[in-house]
Formats: sequence, C-alpha cells, structure tokens
Amino acid sequence: MADLRLNLAGIESPNPFWLASAPPTNSGYQVQRAFEAGWGGAVWKTLGDPILNVTSRFAGVSYNGQNMAGFNNIELITDRPLEVNLKEIYETKKRFPNHAIIASLMVEPSQEKWHEIVKRVEEVGVDGLELNFGCPHGMAERGMGAASGQVPELVEKQTMWVKEAAETPVIVKLTPNITDITFTAEAAVQGGADAVSMINTINSLAGVDLDTWDTVPNVAGKGAHGGYCGPAVKPIALNMVAECARHPKINVPISGMGGVSSWREAVEFMLMGATGVQVCTAAMHHGFSIVEDMKDGLNNYLDEKGISSVMDIVGKSVEKYSDWGNLDLNHQIVAKINNDVCINCNKCHIACEDTSHQCIDMLVDENGNDILRVREEDCVGCNLCSIVCPVDGAIEMIDYDNGQPPMTWNERQSAIGAAPSCDVKLVK
Amino acid sequence: MGQLKSKGISLENLSLNFEEVHQGLSGAEAVEEANRCLYCYDAPCIKACPTDIDIPKFIKKIASGNLKGSATTIMSSNPVGATCARVCPTEELCEGACVLNHSTKPIVIGDLQRFATDWAIRNEQLLFKPGERNGKKIAVVGGGPAGLSAARELARFGYDVTIFEAEEKAGGLDTYGIVSFRLPQEISYWEVEQVEKMDVEIRTNTKVGEDISYEELKNNYDSIVLAIGMGSVPVLGIEGENLEGIHDAIEFVKSTKSGEITQELIGKKVVVVGAGNTAIDAATCSVRKGASNVKIVYRRTANEMTAYDFEYDFAKQDGVEFNWLTQPIRITGDDSGKVSELTCVKMELGEPGSDGRRRPVPVEGSDFTIEADAIIKAIGQTRHLSLIEHFGLEHEGGVVKVNPESRQTSNPDVYSCGDVIFGKGKGDAMVVTAAQQGKEAALAIHKRLSPAPTATA
Ligand SMILES: Cc1cc2nc3c(=O)[nH]c(=O)nc-3n(C[C@H](O)[C@H](O)[C@H](O)COP(=O)(O)OP(=O)(O)OC[C@H]3O[C@@H](n4cnc5c(N)ncnc54)[C@H](O)[C@@H]3O)c2cc1C
Ligand SMILES: Cc1cc2nc3c(=O)[nH]c(=O)nc-3n(C[C@H](O)[C@H](O)[C@H](O)COP(=O)(O)O)c2cc1C
Ligand code: SF4
Ligand code: SF4
Ligand code: SF4
Repeated sequence: MADLRLNLAGIESPNPFWLASAPPTNSGYQVQRAFEAGWGGAVWKTLGDPILNVTSRFAGVSYNGQNMAGFNNIELITDRPLEVNLKEIYETKKRFPNHAIIASLMVEPSQEKWHEIVKRVEEVGVDGLELNFGCPHGMAERGMGAASGQVPELVEKQTMWVKEAAETPVIVKLTPNITDITFTAEAAVQGGADAVSMINTINSLAGVDLDTWDTVPNVAGKGAHGGYCGPAVKPIALNMVAECARHPKINVPISGMGGVSSWREAVEFMLMGATGVQVCTAAMHHGFSIVEDMKDGLNNYLDEKGISSVMDIVGKSVEKYSDWGNLDLNHQIVAKINNDVCINCNKCHIACEDTSHQCIDMLVDENGNDILRVREEDCVGCNLCSIVCPVDGAIEMIDYDNGQPPMTWNERQSAIGAAPSCDVKLVK
Repeated sequence: MGQLKSKGISLENLSLNFEEVHQGLSGAEAVEEANRCLYCYDAPCIKACPTDIDIPKFIKKIASGNLKGSATTIMSSNPVGATCARVCPTEELCEGACVLNHSTKPIVIGDLQRFATDWAIRNEQLLFKPGERNGKKIAVVGGGPAGLSAARELARFGYDVTIFEAEEKAGGLDTYGIVSFRLPQEISYWEVEQVEKMDVEIRTNTKVGEDISYEELKNNYDSIVLAIGMGSVPVLGIEGENLEGIHDAIEFVKSTKSGEITQELIGKKVVVVGAGNTAIDAATCSVRKGASNVKIVYRRTANEMTAYDFEYDFAKQDGVEFNWLTQPIRITGDDSGKVSELTCVKMELGEPGSDGRRRPVPVEGSDFTIEADAIIKAIGQTRHLSLIEHFGLEHEGGVVKVNPESRQTSNPDVYSCGDVIFGKGKGDAMVVTAAQQGKEAALAIHKRLSPAPTATA
C-alpha cells in the first residue's frame, strides 16, 4: 500500500485527487459528498461577486459515439452569495479537517478588493487560495478571469496584492488561451505565487446544428464562445504543465488539470511535473465515485513499480522533455509489419501511400496470401501506419541502425558554425 | 455465452473435445466492451447479481487498466468469481438486468468478469489477506463453493478455519461436476488455493460422519458450517435399472474430470433421462466422448425444462436430439446383461402440480422403444440424509431448514448454506447463490461470536 498523501506548497491532502473549481464544488453538500466518496481535496467553485448565469450552459462533444470526449461550457463563477459559500466552507472544513479545501477567487483587479476577499475566506479556515485568472468567458468581458490572466503584468500585480494579505498558500490558476503559458506562469512566480495550476478551459465553440444553423450550445438562438475541457484537452494541458515544469524560472509546484479521467492521466501529469491533479469533467460525467478507481489504480501502479510514495513520481519525466533542437537527428526507427497479427485492412498502406512516404507495399507471399511489407530504406519512421493500425502488435516501430553517431540540430549548427537556433523563435 | 462455437469432435484425441469451448475476450475486446458500459449509478446489474458484485466498478477498472483492482472487486464480493464468470446463467442475472438491453445490447458482464479474473490467475495474484486472528475456530464441512465462500469470509474476519472435504480435492461440483469444456479444473483449483492462502486448512479425503463425527467437531470448534451439497442421482424406479451401461449423470461427468477420457462410448447410442442442467452436461459430455447419437428424453416439454436457453442451444449445436413428453418405463438388456433398449411412453400435460408446472400424464398405448448402448440418469439429486440426521438438524425431505438471513439451522451452533438448503421449485441451484449463502453464514457467525464486526482487507 503506497503512501498517496500529497503536499503541494504546504497544502496537505490524503491523496492527489482534487476536484477542480467548477459545478462539482458548488456547495457544501456536494463537496462533503465528494470527500465521503474519497476525493482528497476540492477547489471551491470560484467565489466573487455573484453573477447571473444563462441556460443552457453546457455542450458535449461526442466523438464516434463516445459521449463527452470534450466538454464545453458558458457557465460563470458562483451564482450563490458569498456569505452562504463561506458558511458552507466553514462547516465542510470542520467535518473534514484532513481534506484540502482551497478557495478559488476572482474579483476586479483592485488591491482593496483582493485584500478584502482573501481576509474573508481565510477567516473560515481554507487551506489555500486559487486565483482564477482563467475563465475565458463572461468574466473576461468585465476585465476579470482570462482578461487579466492573459496579461503577465496584471497576473504579477494581482498575485502580489493577494500575497500581501494571504496567510495560506496562493495558487495562481492560468488560462491556456495564450500563446506561451510560461510567460504568465513566470509572472505569477514573480508576484510571489506559492504554486501555479493549469489549465483552465480553452476558448471553444462546440458545434453548429446542421438543421437550425444555431450554435451549440445556444441561449434562445444565440451563442457565445465557451470554455473547452475534458479528455480532448489532455495533450494541450499536459504540454503546458511540462513546459512550466522544465522552465528554470518557474520553480513552484504545479497543480495539473485538463482531461484527467482516470489514474493513468494523473500519473502522466505527475510524471510531467504536476504535484497532484484536479478533475472536473470526469466527475461531471460519472459522479464522485470514480475517485475510488483513481486511488486504487494509482496505488496498484505504485506498488507494482515498488514506489512507496506518490510524491516520488512527481517530475520524473521532466528531464526527458526538451526542445526540438536537442533531438537526435540521426536516430532512426522504421515500421515493421507482423503479418501473423495483421488483419489486412490495408489502412497502413493507404495512409503511407496517400499521405506519407509511399513505402508500404501490398504483396502476395509464396502461399498466395496477401501480405504487407515496409521498404525500410524508404521509411521515415513517422509512426503514422502504427497509429492508424487497428490491431495491437501488428505494426511495431523498431530501431534501425544507420551507422551514424547521434547528432542534434543544435550540435549540427554549432559544428558548422551557425547560430544554434535561429533568431526567429521556433514555434514550440 | 452468445459466442459458443461447437468444434468438430475429435475421435482420435477425446481430451481435445473437453477443452474450454468459449474463448475469453482479447485485451482489445475487453477494453472496447468495458468502455461501452455506462457506469450506471445504482446500477440494476449489481442488484441482479446474487453476490452483489459492484459491476460498474470492476468494469471501470478494466477500462482504466487496473486489472488487479478489478479482480479484487470481483473476488471480494464473490470468492468463486472466476468460476461464476464462466458458469453463471448471466442472461437471467446481471446481463439480463443491464440497462443497455433497452437501447443497444447488454454488456457481456460474465466475459469481462472472466477477463479480469483470468488476469489474476495468470499473474498469480494474491488478492486478500487473512484478518487478525481472534482465537476462535470454525469447522466448515464441504469444500464446494458454499463452504469455500464461508471459509474465505471467516478467514478475513480473523477466524481459524478448517474445511473438511470428503473428496481428494476441494471445489465441490466446480471441481468435479461442471463439465470441463465450460469450467476447466484449474479455475476451481485457483479459487481453492486463494482460500488456502488465507491460512484456511483444507483436510481432504475426510468424510464427516465417517472419518470424524459431529461430536468431535462440536467439541473442538466454536461453530460449524454445513455445506455438503446434494448427493447422487436417485433411482428411476423402473425395471432393468441395474443393467450394465446405466450411469448416474453426476458420476458420469465426474469421470470426465478425473483422469483420462475413456473410449467406451465411441460410436455408441446414448440416452439421457431428464432435461435440467445436469442432463445437458451429461449429453454434451457423451457427444464429446464420441457417441454417435445422443438423445435426451424428458417427460415434459421444452417450456418446463429447467436447463437454460443457452444450455439448450449449446446441446442442439452439439447435435443432441430432444424427445419431449417421453417417459422411460422399462430398460431391456442383451444376453450379456448390457443395456440394449429403453422403452418409453408418450405423455401429455395435465393440470398444474404443487410446483406450478403442468403435470405430465401418460398416453395409453403409446409405448415405443429406443435403442441404447448407455443410459444416463439425470433426474435430480438425492440428499445426504444420514449426515443431516447425524447432525440432528431439522429438515424437510433432506433440505436443511435455516433462518433465511443468517443461515442458522435448528442447532444454533450449526449454519448451513449451498445446495444442502436448496429446496425444490426454487429455480435452479447455482454456484453464485451457494457463494452468497456462504458469505451470509460467515457474517452471521461473526456477528454471533464477535459482537463488534470488523471486516478487514
Ligand atoms: C452437472 C452439473 C452442472 C451444473 N452447472 C451449473 C452451472 O452451469 N451454473 C451454476 O451456477 N450451477 C451449476 N450447477 C449447480 C452448482 O454446481 C451447485 O449449485 C453448487 O456447486 C453448490 O455448491 P455447494 O458448495 O453447496 O455444493 P457442492 O458443490 O456439491 O459441494 C459440496 C462439497 O461437500 C463435500 N461433502 C459432501 N459430503 C461430505 C461429508 N460428509 N464430509 C465432507 N465433505 C462432504 C462434497 O465432496 C463437495 O466437495 C451444476 C450442477 C451440476 C451437478
Ligand atoms: C461547467 C464548468 C464550469 C467551470 N467553472 C470554473 C470556475 O468557476 N472557476 C475555475 O477556476 N474553473 C472553472 N472551470 C474549469 C475547471 O476548473 C477545469 O480547469 C477544467 O474544466 C479542466 O479540467 P477537466 O478537463 O477535468 O474538466 C469550469 C469548468 C466547467 C466544465
Ligand atoms: S442535469 Fe439536472 S439541472 Fe441539469 S438539466 Fe438535467 S435535471 Fe436540470
Ligand atoms: S493497418 Fe494494421 S491491420 Fe491493417 S493492414 Fe496495416 S498492419 Fe495490417
Ligand atoms: S447496467 Fe449495464 S451499462 Fe449499466 S453499469 Fe451495469 S453493465 Fe454497465
């Protein structure tokens, strides 16, 4: 039985699974149910001046029959009075003293407003604060959320204001709706943040109805951009976590989120530098009980790997993440097709033929059976065929010894006396 | 069970015919199916499982790749969950209750359960630890699913448990009764081993009532669980019953699960009397032993038979012929004392009897004969009356009377579960109910002997 306890910038929780600030953490009733089900912490639905919401609010993106592959919302921060939320936070903390309760906050960019709300939520006993600089809609129009979260100076200044008043750890939650998240993450660190969390939702429009031509979702026939989350956003979120984790100036812990649906994504985020994860969409899809397998699966994974504490995996893959310029240009892999396993759908052939490097041949063997064979000398090792292949183990990407010593782009440039990387920054 | 494929019967190598028919799911199939499960809240499939396995939970764990957790979830609720994955009539139970029956098609819960437990078997996982010893001792008489289940639970609660088993191996009908092409013996052995690894002592080749008496158990143990199942097949009560070539279906199936498959039925004509689960197993075993023709004779119709639809289909696929409304009245032998013919009379259905099924009555003058080299009797099972009386327990025709919740018998120190308390007209005896009753007996004993129950991992 591995130790699942988490410590993020001094905030402790019995396990690394927190509910993200969102509908699941809207009330004391819900957060208490969540703790009973086994969640380690909860970031309360963002507090601030209560707002008005619209209906409808959500749209799911199904992909090939899978519901909620992505999830889109136009909901705003809490619509309940601050006093009610504070009272329920107090009661919940009293009932669950060992679980982490973090207050998510969003107010106008004014020093006074920040000081005031920090004081009020700390009075009821929260374990930490999360500054919501991320909601992409509704609040941004009022100069809050993503509107301030997209401007590094505003992030730094507001974080500083909060730190002036805060006694508990301050997490700054970042918006992904920005070209390079490390800029705002660094600004948060400059402002004194004890941790950063990411990602909030990504600007999105879920769809358009082909018959009514209305947007999905829409409110009485009109739509507005929403925020996207759920399984579909995981790769985007994971990259942002990884970029921050490997950035020398972002030296605070990271709370990772965006598409965590099971213990597997949690492990990925943690390996890539996250100290624990937050979850919203998966809980909204299946209810709080999914945390049971998150903990059990994580525990069995750690046991099997002989790792005694979950904290020991944090950041273990970060050093493997680098810039393109540091990748070995001479390393070569090629596709190899195992015809015993292949079911002859020919998808690899057509993918390579039409859209890659025309090196998978459709042949007939001596017994008259259809087989496929890769011309290794022409294969560029792009992986496409193995990605489209529907059968496990039919295509393997294997090392191909081309006899050349390792050489990265940067090494090559310095060898030929050119600048290691061009002045125009490579798009990451 | 929808995917049964009857293989061609090999006459050269009979044991091939007894290999498991139904292939398990591949990894890809299991994950695809697991992801199809809706993870229902308050799921009806759980309620339809007699052992209350948390089905959405174990399926979700397959989807997430937590196979150890999945197998633990299954085996925690059902100590013979690997067997049940193969032999439960799932369409009558969990799968029949799946909400997807109303929209697409039900989740193949049994196959997923098999996938997870097979993983645990292959990876030699030890899923449970015995509870801290509380110094109390329990004797379990009978090492079938009911006894194993009670023993496993009692060991988890911290009792010192000894199973007394008459046979050479524990497992009961899972080991010796259910045909190997549906349930290979390794599966039952693994479940027995899981119980043994909980520090439960299993004394095989020990028949209670002969090798050890009730008094000895009573004097040495704090409680006793009686889980001896049922006995052999009763006599037909017709002329010629002692001729050579007449078998008891349970013994017949058992012979296919103990040692080599013998050749004596190759090319022979076999008649099976009865149409319950055991009859189907005896008939399909006969086909697999190379019989050239296998007939089932049953005095009622397909509507009244107790075999499940999937069993009926399976037998038909194996080429078994069904003779409904047919009652055996006489067996005739040849000069050497071997069976040669079965004489039957045609029946018609009359008024419903006490069990609600319409009673068959003979049609006068409709006698006819069927050629037979072997006759297998599968008309139910007798009761271990003498042992039940040796224990001094109240019973009704050999069905031990128990409190329906606690499984306590008329003797407060003796609890009873499984086939030994299975009454007539109550559907079919099933492994899964035996397992559940074992759990219930264990919990009741625990409540009685340790007033503050503490379950452990
Ligand atoms: C041919 C056949 C096919 C079946 N198929 C299915 C199926 O597909 N699905 C399903 O769910 N159920 C099936 N069943 C029913 C199922 O096997 C039983 O309901 C189940 O095994 C009952 O469990 P039990 O532990 O009560 O009894 P058993 O499995 O009969 O175990 C009783 C044990 O007690 C031992 N014992 C008896 N007397 C003594 C004694 N005096 N001292 C010590 N030990 C003793 C026996 O040796 C045996 O090991 C089938 C039954 C038969 C006969
Ligand atoms: C309906 C909805 C409402 C949300 N409201 C908030 C909010 O009030 N404050 C906030 O910081 N994030 C909010 N989020 C974003 C989530 O906290 C989280 O960052 C995001 O959903 C990514 O995680 P996921 O992929 O697990 O859903 C909301 C998300 C959803 C779906
Ligand atoms: S989920 Fe509940 S609140 Fe939302 S639309 Fe349905 S019934 Fe209404
Ligand atoms: S995609 Fe895979 S299965 Fe299909 S032909 Fe290629 S190797 Fe075979
Ligand atoms: S009822 Fe069917 S879909 Fe629902 S949880 Fe059970 S198996 Fe899954």
